[in-house]
Formats: sequence, C-alpha cells, structure tokens
Amino acid sequence: MSMAAEPNELRDDVLNGLQLSTQLEKVWRTPSGLVGALMSVDHKVVGRRYIVTAFAFLLLGGILAILMRVQLAGPEKTFLSADKYNQIFTMHGSTMMFLFAVPVMEAFAVYLVPLMVGTRNIAFPRLNAFSYWMFLFGGCFLWISFLFNAGPDVGWFSYVPLSSLQFTPTKRADVWAQMITFTEVAALAVAVEIVVTVFKLRAPGMTLDRIPLFVWAMLVTSFLVMFAMPSIMVASTSLILDRLVNTRFYDSSSGGHPLLWQHLFWFFGHPEVYIIFIPGTGMVSAILATFVRRPVIGYPIVILSLIATGFLSFGLWVHHMFVTGLPQLGAGLFTASSMLIAVPSGLQIFCWLATLWDGRPVYRTPLLFVIGFVVIFVLGGLSGVMVASVPIDTQVHDTYFIVAHFHYVLIGGAVFPLVGAVYYWFPKIAGRMLSERLGRWNFWLAFIGFNVAFFPMHILGLIGMPRRVYTYTADMDWAHLNLLSSGGALIFALSFALLLVNVIYSLRKGELAGDNPWNASTLEWATSSPPPPQNFDRIPVVKHRDPLWADSESLPVVAGLSAERREILLTSLAEAEPQIREASPEPSIWPLLAAIATTVFFIGSIFTPWAVLWGTPPMAVTLIGWFWPAGSKEDEE
Amino acid sequence: MPVWVRIVLVLCTTWPLAACAGRQSTLDPQGLQSEQILHTLFIFLGVAAIVWIAVVIVLALGMLRRKRLADQPLDLHQAFEERTGRVIIGLGVATTVIVLGLSFVSYAGQRIVFAKGENALTLKIIGHQWWWEVRYEDDSPHRSFVTANEIRIPTGQPVKVELESADVVHSFWVPSLTGKMDLITGQKNELQFTAKNAGVYRGQCAEFCGLQHAHMAFAVIALPPDEFGRWRDRENQSANSPADQLGKQGEALFRARGCALCHNISGTLAGGQLGPDLTHIGSRTTITAGTLPNTPATLGAWIADPQHIKPGNLMPKMPLQSGELIAILHYLEQLK
Amino acid sequence: MRQTIVRNVAELPTYGYGPRSGPWWGAMGFMALEGMGFAIAIGAYLYLYAVNPTWPIGASPPDLWPGTAETVIYLLSIIPNEYTSRVAHRQDLAKVRICLIVMAAIGIALLVLRGFEFAHLNTRWDNSAYGSIVWLILGLHTTHLATDVGDTVVLAVLMFTRHAKPRRFSDVTDNVFYWNFVVLAWLPLYVLLDWIPRL
Repeated sequence: MSMAAEPNELRDDVLNGLQLSTQLEKVWRTPSGLVGALMSVDHKVVGRRYIVTAFAFLLLGGILAILMRVQLAGPEKTFLSADKYNQIFTMHGSTMMFLFAVPVMEAFAVYLVPLMVGTRNIAFPRLNAFSYWMFLFGGCFLWISFLFNAGPDVGWFSYVPLSSLQFTPTKRADVWAQMITFTEVAALAVAVEIVVTVFKLRAPGMTLDRIPLFVWAMLVTSFLVMFAMPSIMVASTSLILDRLVNTRFYDSSSGGHPLLWQHLFWFFGHPEVYIIFIPGTGMVSAILATFVRRPVIGYPIVILSLIATGFLSFGLWVHHMFVTGLPQLGAGLFTASSMLIAVPSGLQIFCWLATLWDGRPVYRTPLLFVIGFVVIFVLGGLSGVMVASVPIDTQVHDTYFIVAHFHYVLIGGAVFPLVGAVYYWFPKIAGRMLSERLGRWNFWLAFIGFNVAFFPMHILGLIGMPRRVYTYTADMDWAHLNLLSSGGALIFALSFALLLVNVIYSLRKGELAGDNPWNASTLEWATSSPPPPQNFDRIPVVKHRDPLWADSESLPVVAGLSAERREILLTSLAEAEPQIREASPEPSIWPLLAAIATTVFFIGSIFTPWAVLWGTPPMAVTLIGWFWPAGSKEDEE
Repeated sequence: MPVWVRIVLVLCTTWPLAACAGRQSTLDPQGLQSEQILHTLFIFLGVAAIVWIAVVIVLALGMLRRKRLADQPLDLHQAFEERTGRVIIGLGVATTVIVLGLSFVSYAGQRIVFAKGENALTLKIIGHQWWWEVRYEDDSPHRSFVTANEIRIPTGQPVKVELESADVVHSFWVPSLTGKMDLITGQKNELQFTAKNAGVYRGQCAEFCGLQHAHMAFAVIALPPDEFGRWRDRENQSANSPADQLGKQGEALFRARGCALCHNISGTLAGGQLGPDLTHIGSRTTITAGTLPNTPATLGAWIADPQHIKPGNLMPKMPLQSGELIAILHYLEQLK
Repeated sequence: MRQTIVRNVAELPTYGYGPRSGPWWGAMGFMALEGMGFAIAIGAYLYLYAVNPTWPIGASPPDLWPGTAETVIYLLSIIPNEYTSRVAHRQDLAKVRICLIVMAAIGIALLVLRGFEFAHLNTRWDNSAYGSIVWLILGLHTTHLATDVGDTVVLAVLMFTRHAKPRRFSDVTDNVFYWNFVVLAWLPLYVLLDWIPRL
C-alpha cells in the first residue's frame, strides 16, 4: 500500500525561500473573485468570517441589552411593551449563547488551532466552510424573523408548555427551535474538526505534553460540544414535532412531561457554560504565559483540571431544577457535585496566580484583561457556589442574583479573556497592532462598567426582583439600583464601541506587527502576520513545549510534502510521529450549496412535515457533489 | 449570623418596603424558613468573601512583588516549580474540604427548610396566566372556599401549600417567608412555611410564564390566629346581598353583561370558573394579581379596559355605559 | 526564522487505514456524537417510562417479528461487512464491487423491513408520549440506516467508474466501520422498543 510520491512531482525539498513560498501560495490560496471567496476552505478565511460574524451578533445582542436596561432604568417605563421586551430578552439570551459565545470560541479555534499545532489547514476544511454557512444562515434566520416581529418570546430556555402550540400558536417558538438546529449542526461540525486536527494534524514531535494549553482547552471544549449538544437537538426536534405533527412529548395529558424538557435542556445547558468558559481559560493560559514571561506553572494540573471540569460539567444540570419539586436527598447530592466543580476551576486559578507571582509581568492590554478576568470570574464562581446550595437557590433562583452570577461567570470568565485574546492575536490575524492607548481605555471602561452594571443585580435579586419582568412598580424600591445598573451597562457598552473603533483604526493605521510582536512561545508566531495561505512554508518539528522560547533563532522543519497540490502531514495520536501525507481538499462551492439546501430543508420543515420529503433530495445531491472526486490528481492516487 | 450585619443589611435594603405593597425580600425574613435560608446564605457569603479577598490580595501582591530582571522565560528552577506544584495541590485539597463542608451546611439548612410541620393549614394554589387561584380546602365542604391573589394565613402555624398549574409553569415565591417552588403542569408540588410575625408579605411569580409574567404578584397576609379564624369564618359565608337599589342593579348587570360567565360569586347565580372568584372581592387589598391597589377608581379603570392595564390577559373589554359601570362597581365593593 | 530541515517525509504513504487516517477519526467523532444522541433518546424513553404508571400508553407493544427479523439480519450482516473490510484492505477491486452491492442490497432490505416495523408499532406518534418517543427513536435510527445505505450506494457506483482508485479502499473501510455502528446502535434500541413494553 505504500504510495510514495511520484518521482516527477514537485516537492518542497527542491524549492527554497521565496520560490517555495510563492509556489505554496499558488497552491493554497483562496480563488479570487466573489465565487472564489464563496468557495474558500482556508481555515483562516473561514475563521476570520466566523469571528467577524460572531462579533456582529455580539453587537446586536448588546444593543438588545441596552434596550432592556433603558426599559428597566426606572419603574413602570413604557419604552418597551411587554411583548417587545419578552422578544428582546429571549433574543438577547439566544443570540449571546448560540450566535456569539459558542461560535466565537470555536471561531478562534478554527483560526488558531491549525496554526498552533503547526499544520496547513484544519481537518475537513469543506465541513468547516459548511459549518460557517450554517451558522450564518441560522443567525440570519433568527434575526430576520425578529425584525418581522416573529422573534421568539419564550426565553432562551423555551420551557414547555409555554412554548407549546397551545400557548404560543405563532411560529415564534419554531424559529427558536430551528435556530438551535442550525447552530448546533455548525458547532458539532467544528467540534469534530478540532478534535481530528488536534489528534492527527499536529506537527511532528508535538507529543501530548507539548500541546499548547489553548489547544488543550479547545480539545476538551470540542468533546463537551459533542456530548452536550445532541441533547438540545433531541429537545428542539421533539418540540418542533410536538408543534408540527402533534407528538405528545411534553403534553402532560397524554403521558408527556414538562420536566423532560427541562432535563434535556439543562443536560445541554450546563455543559454549555463550560463550552463557553473553558476556551476562555485557554486564552488566559496563552496570554498569561506570554505577558508574565514564563510558562504557566502546573501544566499537567491545568490539563487535568480541564478534563475534570469537562466530566463534572455533565453531572450537575439538576441544579437548574432545584425548585421543580425533586426528591430532597437527590437535590442535596447535586449541591455537592455542583460545588465540586469549583475544585478544578480553583486549581487553574491557583496555577495562574502562581505563574503571575513568579513571572515578570509586562502590563499590556491583554494582560490587563486577564487580571480583570481573575477578579471578576472568582467572584462569579463564588456566587456560583452559593447558588449550588439548595436552600439558597430556592430564594435566588430566577432572580437578578442569578443574572448577576452568570454574567460574572460568562463575561468575566469568557468575554474578558476573549477581548484580551482579540488584543493578543489581532496582530497575527491582521498584521497590525491594536492601539495600546485605546486598549487601556477599553479595559478600564469595561472593568468599571461591567461591575457597576452587574454588581447591583446581586442585591436586586436578594431584595426580591425576579428575572424576565418587563417592568416593576415604584413601591418595590428597585429603581435606584436599576438605574445604577443601567448606567454601568452604558459604560460597558462604550468599552465595546471603543474596541470597534480600535479595530477599524488599527486595521489601516496600526503599527506593523511582524511575526512575533509579543515574543511569545507557540507556533502561530513562527509564521508571518497574517500567515500565508499555506500557514508554514515547511511543517515545523516540535522539540519543546515552548518551541519559540527554547530556540528563537532557528526552527526545525520537515521537508518532502508536495508543492504542487494541497498536502498535509498526519501524525500519530500520542507521539505525533509522521504517518501519512494526506491530500487536503481544494476550494469548493458545494459546501455553500449544501448549506443552502439544508437551510431550505430546516426552514421548510417548521411549516410542513412534507419538507422532509422534498427537502432531502437537494441535500443528497449537494452532499454527493461535495464528496464526488473532482478528478484532480490528489484524488486519483 | 452577626446581628449587626443583619440589621445593617435590612435597614439599607428594605426600609421603604414597609409601604403598601408588602415586603418582598430575602434579607427581611419573617418566617421560620426564610430565616434559616438567610442564615445559610450568610455562612456562604462569609466564606465567599474571605476567599475572594484572599485571591485579590495574592493577585495584588503577585503583581507588586519585585521580579527577576532578565527576560529569560525558560530560566526555571525545578525546586521552585515542584514546591509551587505542591502548594497548588494543597490549595486544591483545601478547596475540596471547604466545598464539602459547605455542602453539609447546605444540606443541614435544606433539612430544616423542607421539614414537615405538624398540624399544618393546607391550601391549594393553582397558577393561571396571570393570577393565582387560592383554595382553602376542608373536609367539610361548607368550610371550603376559593379566593384569588391574596392568601391569609395564621402566624405561628405551619402552612402547607399544594401547588398546581392550570396552564404553563409558574413559580410561587414569597421571599420574606420562604424560597420558591414551581407550579408545574401535570405535577403536584408542595411547600411548607410558617410566618413568625404578622404582616403583609408580597410574592411574585418567579418563572417566566408569558406576556404578563411581570404582573403576576400576590400578597400573603399573616394574621394572629384568632383574627385569622374570624376572617376564615367570614370568608366561608356566601356573598353579601346588595343592600341598595344601585347594588341590586349592579348584580343584575354582572350577569347580564357576561361577567358571570367567567367569575364566581358564591350564593348568587354567577358561577363562572375561568377567572378569579369574586365572592369577597371588596375585602381584598389589590386587584389583577397585585398589579393595582383595590380602590373604586382602579377597579373601575380595570373593568372599563382590562386590556389597557394588562395587555393579553383573558378578560375582554365589555361595552358598558358609565352608569352600568358605576352600578357594577358599587355592587362589587359591597362584596366584603 | 531560519529553518533547518531535520527530516524528509516524502516516502510516507498518501493514505492509510483505520486510526492512521483522518476520515476514520472524523467518522469516529460523528459516531460519538450520534451515539450520544441515541443515549439521550433512550434516556428520554426511560424517563417517560418511569413517570407513567402504564406502559405502553393506550397501545399494545409493537409486533415482534419486524424488529426481530431486522436484528437477525443486522447481526448476520456483520459477516459480509467484515469481509468487505478485508477485501478493501487487500485492494481487490472485483470483490469490493460485489461486496458493496451485497451490502447495499442488505441495507435496502432492512429499509423495507423498517417500513413494516413502523406499520407494526401498534401506535401512532400522536397517540401518546409513548407513541411519540417510539417513533422518534425508530426515526432517528432509520435516518442513520438510510444515510449509510446512501453512502454504500454512492461508493458502489464510484467503484464502477474511473474513480476506483486505491484511496477509495480506505473510504470503503470507513463505510464498513460506520455500518458496524449502525448495527451496534440498533441492539439496545431493539431491546428498548420491543421488549421493555412487554415487561
């Protein structure tokens, strides 16, 4: 079976320098023109689109948040009607969770993981392109529905029976449920790509204990996605079936049960939090090591903590259901399991603190965001320990205390590291530095604005303010804290406006970055900024966990890959020993066509079950087109 | 819990709540259960505060500490790394001990909060979009009665509420008395609590239940036992017959204009079951699930255009002449 | 950065079988998440079973014969399936062609049988939660069955065209692998659908 390269094939061992780069660029570049752009399977192009789209949804979700804060700034305001408010809070939650938080983390992984493991493209690049289109179409579907007043209004959790046909006779709940299907298909596809990229596409010598912590974090996250998201897909599918063809999953008069929905939803919903948070920890580890000028202390502890967090995150969904009348002892056990997840999270915090303690910090914007992360996230984690307690939860459940808690965890644990990551990796992606001066303003506005917006909500929850109310009366005395919170939200929003200004300004005027502006240690900094289509002219060989620190002068590489067609190097799972030179797919329009066919199928099937019948053949055709060998050389060996 | 902490917290967060709406605060416990929960909460809060402050101090010291001069990222000392690793593991063990300890504290509190009291007064509460049906049930049917959005209970006696839903999921929550419990379609839940002091305690639906979730409040009025007994006796009686001509006209209009199709008034021909029972509406403190105080003006405005005050609720706007409205109002006010 | 070539990989093969290849791991990943989907559906079934005092609700249990016949065919199909894998590893094109046709035929036969199974469930999806979950689970598995049959047919066609190149044999082994998953997923579902209602 050994199929050695044909002798007359042009390989990278006979080319050097500029000649090699030019040749590889010709092979790996995205075709020009609009159609070419739609065909792109370059993980950097797709990743960039993914990041920009996710941030666009952050902007939209943020605008909704501001609208809500205006409505709640004082008692009995009529800025928004009840109906609008309910749509808006549902859209805010759904957008932030499904269209921003998860996609943006996967987007960074799509861009960075192949670079960090030293390969030329992600595994299954066409699936990657398909995933992006599905995400884009799903997000647009939700938002266009909203703009036509058909936005979901049943909460991002869409509890039955409120979301059943009887109580939501409009299409609003179907829009929500089908948006779930879109985004989960997209997320699951990326998860599989990341797992295979990390397992098989690592540079030779990148053994398991030399994988960068960010890549480890994304690997664990991808497994969480793979095991958590099927649950919400079963849930959303059964909800649509209940609404469309009268199945009885959630109809308590026919043997169904509303709590089945809650179990399915939270079995996904709790790991979801860690799907968002674990990438954040990976970003923290990456940024911290670079800016305190030493590797993170306790590399194995951090990895074991990530894995432990992943496992534990599946054992505590019930703490979202403490007030549904569960058996008391069972609920008590979920208190313990919920609190235990503080242990791996705590271990990571201790590792970072020790790293900072021993390091030699350089206080650039990314590090500021990491420090902000520690302060905010630890508070959110501790309020999490509080709400894990059954008796405490019976009081604070579904109040503003919870709103405060999870914004501390999600914004503190994921968005602060994410913005730090934007400052950190922007030079690599765009080739230019972001303004440091604007960055400092950005950080302080975000840090102050966030705390002013969300800390008062703890108190509001304790003094009785429930969530998801579109207004409250003056005699409840919630007005002052709400006004304060709304003010803080504006400051916080301003910080994101500043980030946007900084990005737009720096894209054109920013200081040129060079390959490795931060003098960091991982492989993505071993190539130019932005990286060429082929990522690396030659695949690096890794001899150290921090390769660029271990040897900043020269990079050991392998030669022998094709220079006239797309070829990547597959290595063994544990030891990363080179095994196969595998063809990597060419650009193709089929993923886009398949995504369009799937979109027609999905949207059609919330209106008629027959869509399953007429929607399947186009999908099958596009999939066959996608996988049919193009007759090019690499397919034909 | 330190008494002064509690006093300060209560003072700074709840003093204006003594107003007409009633108190609605976890930090202002007036029942056995809410007091226990606050106790547990303060233990957790104390531990959390200590941990958070410790982390921030270590972070600050780590930042201020004098550092190596040269930028040599890989110039690491094996002994230091190993020692630090051991400290981190030690802290991990400490974290485990703390969270397990807190789990026990939590479970102990949970046992007390969910303990079943003897000799409890049993009520059945049924959640509707967006109001509360309250049924005082008794073995003898003539001692059973139905009311809405206002729950009167005796102080000192355990109260057992059986929670059901007529439509979607709701949540019963009176923070000053106890934590919440959901009302779930097709399932019977139960909650027990005991009010220590007499007073008006506001509650509110805590699970999103649709358009007017924000306007689904209720009041728990804790009365001294003898006063409660008198109230209960009065409540057992059928509605007052209207004393004057205008009232009689109102009663007739109540039926003629369709009100009676949805509302029940015991002892009259009005026997609708869709809306709140109005047998003693005149004696309630609020109307439309805690949304408005019960005054002739608010009640009149409500009847005249319910969809304006609470859009989406089931009560339709009835075409009434102003004279008719006045007659119906006059009738309802007499239903004490 | 200066580059130093430390190794030449030109002699490595351009495709491989099993865990050495990328697509195998991709298939593995999708099987893992689809397996999770089945596990969740089974969990939902058992949850409904636990909360309902009578089971099945308002229906008699499914007729045994279609599910049992399928189970027998599934188990027997492992033999030609494994044989397909073996001849694919040997790159024996003639035998691979025959095997793919046989496997496609078995798949189609199972799809037909599946139609009978739906007809003999003795409940409709809108009768009760029992009917709903049974139809959902059977539908979920049928989707997998149909997908794999489709894949087998496409591969069979490919093998009769000029695209029947060595690397296709690796695709055939991945298809074999996936069929085993379809069989493996069926076994607990058979017990669940056909025997739990008889307890």
